[in-house]
Amino acid sequence: MNAQEILDQEFLTIRSKLLDIAAALDRIQRGDGDPADDARMELVSEAIDIVGSTQLHRAERIQLLFSRQYDQAWKSKFQLNSGA
Amino acid sequence: MYYIDPHIHMVSRTTDDYATLARMGCVAMSEPAFWAGYDRGSADGFRDYFRQLTEVEPARAAQFGIRHFCWLCINAKEAENVQLSRDVLKLIPEFLDCANVLGIGEIGLNKNTRNEAIIFQEHVELAIEHQQAVLIHTPHLEDKHQGTKMILDMLADHPELAPGSVLVDHVEEHTVKAVLDAGYWAGMTLYPVTKCTPSRAVDIIEMVGAERLCVNSAGDWGPSKPTAVPDLIMEMRRRGHRESLIRKIVFDNPREFFQQSKNFDLADPANR
Repeated sequence: MNAQEILDQEFLTIRSKLLDIAAALDRIQRGDGDPADDARMELVSEAIDIVGSTQLHRAERIQLLFSRQYDQAWKSKFQLNSGA
Repeated sequence: MYYIDPHIHMVSRTTDDYATLARMGCVAMSEPAFWAGYDRGSADGFRDYFRQLTEVEPARAAQFGIRHFCWLCINAKEAENVQLSRDVLKLIPEFLDCANVLGIGEIGLNKNTRNEAIIFQEHVELAIEHQQAVLIHTPHLEDKHQGTKMILDMLADHPELAPGSVLVDHVEEHTVKAVLDAGYWAGMTLYPVTKCTPSRAVDIIEMVGAERLCVNSAGDWGPSKPTAVPDLIMEMRRRGHRESLIRKIVFDNPREFFQQSKNFDLADPANR
């Protein structure tokens, strides 16, 4: 399938999922209080920026955004020997 | 199309699910040992569970013409209890000759802790000692990337364990390449909210290819869909993929991986 055909197939799904996100953010905003200081709101905002970017691998970049950092020195911090 | 579900927890499912899976084309499945939803109080609890996996479920599956295989271990969540884990590790060898046991699994990490890593390594050593294949659980959500890298680090410490005898499960967009590039098999789990959707799994197949890649439902006691593999088949067909490619993902690949286990034999239904 070419890009136009994929867009034809996916457009309504994309529209529906964007509406779900927009409605969920509205729901949060309508609720009592303001979670603006919650770090997860910043992550959501950054993820939306990734969705709107034109670079490929958006899904992978969002996965990494929501991931804990990997520390190469984890074994020495855990005092584990290589190969137990 | 007939298929294999290489990761499904049938102890949590009803007999009606077996009937539905058979109607959908499932001809074989493998069930890794996992967390029961609560922490078990003793190694004897695991002995009973291993009997359920090696005696009860194969008989239940056989009523519907499905071959049931399994993997044995103490799961990553309960591995936080090191003493209990070591008691369970001692039990496992007595079950390895049971007719449906494929290897050690699903071992792995849950919250990426020191204790989980210690017990992971001890499972790997058990697998090497008994020449068993290994099925690996990777953590969920924000812990997945870090945990998968830690698992790959530990596997690299054991060059005597052939990468081709290891399947690293629950891979997603940010972990699949590292697993495949290291020579291991990779599994994608079609599971609502916390893992892959059928659409994203097909995207991953299109991006990384079909070599050493499997898909599973991981149907269990949580919100999950035991018929998720047929959903992937439909999504691949919707996108116009060849039937031979679909078959490779849902039948040939898991069969090839399982065939390394001495207890696995499954004739191709096409040749019956």
